[in-house]
Amino acid sequence: MNLSEGIAQLGRQGLSAMTAMGRALLMLIGALVARPQWGKMRPLLVHQLYQIGVQSMLITLVSGLFIGMVLGLQGYLILVDFGAEESLGPMVALSLLRELGPVVTALLFAGRAGSALAAEIGLMKATEQLASMEMMAVDPLRRVIAPRFWAGVIAMPLLAMMFTAVGIFGGHWIGVEWKGIDSGAFWSILNASVEWRQDIANCLIKSLVFAFVVVWIALFKGYDAVPTAEGISRATTETVVHASLAVLALDFVLTALMFG
Amino acid sequence: MTSRKTELAVGVFLLAGLLALLVLVLKVANIDLKGSGPTYQLTAHFDNIGSLKVRSPVKVGGVVVGRVSAIDLDPVSLLPVVTLTIDARFDQFPETSSLSILTAGLLGEQYVGLSPGFYEDEDAVLADGDQVEDTRSAMVLEELIGQFLYRAGEDK
Repeated sequence: MNLSEGIAQLGRQGLSAMTAMGRALLMLIGALVARPQWGKMRPLLVHQLYQIGVQSMLITLVSGLFIGMVLGLQGYLILVDFGAEESLGPMVALSLLRELGPVVTALLFAGRAGSALAAEIGLMKATEQLASMEMMAVDPLRRVIAPRFWAGVIAMPLLAMMFTAVGIFGGHWIGVEWKGIDSGAFWSILNASVEWRQDIANCLIKSLVFAFVVVWIALFKGYDAVPTAEGISRATTETVVHASLAVLALDFVLTALMFG
Repeated sequence: MTSRKTELAVGVFLLAGLLALLVLVLKVANIDLKGSGPTYQLTAHFDNIGSLKVRSPVKVGGVVVGRVSAIDLDPVSLLPVVTLTIDARFDQFPETSSLSILTAGLLGEQYVGLSPGFYEDEDAVLADGDQVEDTRSAMVLEELIGQFLYRAGEDK
């Protein structure tokens, strides 16, 4: 009896996970599959780009600078043992382009913008703003979800690019100004080992995929939140936890596909 | 709802993002915006290409003049065939030029070194589709060690 109860419990959890995925997909389809109304969409999109992109810029740039500097310093300390400190450039650039740039930006983005999105939409639901939109024949999916989704998908890859570029300059600054590596050697060895399709295009693809996943999870957690104070707090927490886990797991899959 | 200030900030954000991408592409990957100019192709048979790869550079006296564009095995002679794509600015290599597979530094990447030969007559230059006859294979460390051990055994 106890065993069958356990199996039934597992089945219930599986079913509820499946229906949640179905609801998430329906939400996304409802928000995105529609005749584009550029005139109505543009001011909403600009406003969301400000909220999601511009306000995440500072934390992204500062983290990028410090991570680049740490990579430069640690890389130098290890490489100098082998007399290969000139290879600091490719080490910093490739670790940022291939992994750290997209992944750390996505994690920061989930914490900075994703949690805000989930809380905002959850509160809209709790205060019945979404329901009143429907009363006025305004589709909340297209009015609230769609601009936030597109803004996130546009902003995240750009943030990842800024993170990576600033990180490389941070590593260059430590290596060249502080540790005295020759600047010309730094750039020429870096140029020789970074390849446009292998590294930069894959960095863009990764950040696009992460943006899609993080924004989708954040929007769905907010939209699907239990409309109470506790429900919103749980939605915000789950957004950060699930989005971070999804990004890290997807990163392994993407790396295996791209570089494996 | 969207004030001018917001729009300005978003514009700056988008510009900064695109600028970062441009910096990565131009400064880090060092893409030539000019693209690849006109080129011509040469082929060569080697006995052993070592760890030569597609996109390895072709150098004349240390200057890159082209890249390896394809590596294949001749199904009849069972020798590796390397196709080189050379910048069309350098179209005056005599037919007696030789190719060798060299290594940059002790552990570096392998590249194709082209040493120009002498002119037999004025028209005998390498043109598109020509095959370079004089080739020297890559130095494979294991084979060298093998030969050395073999000789050392003979001397006794």
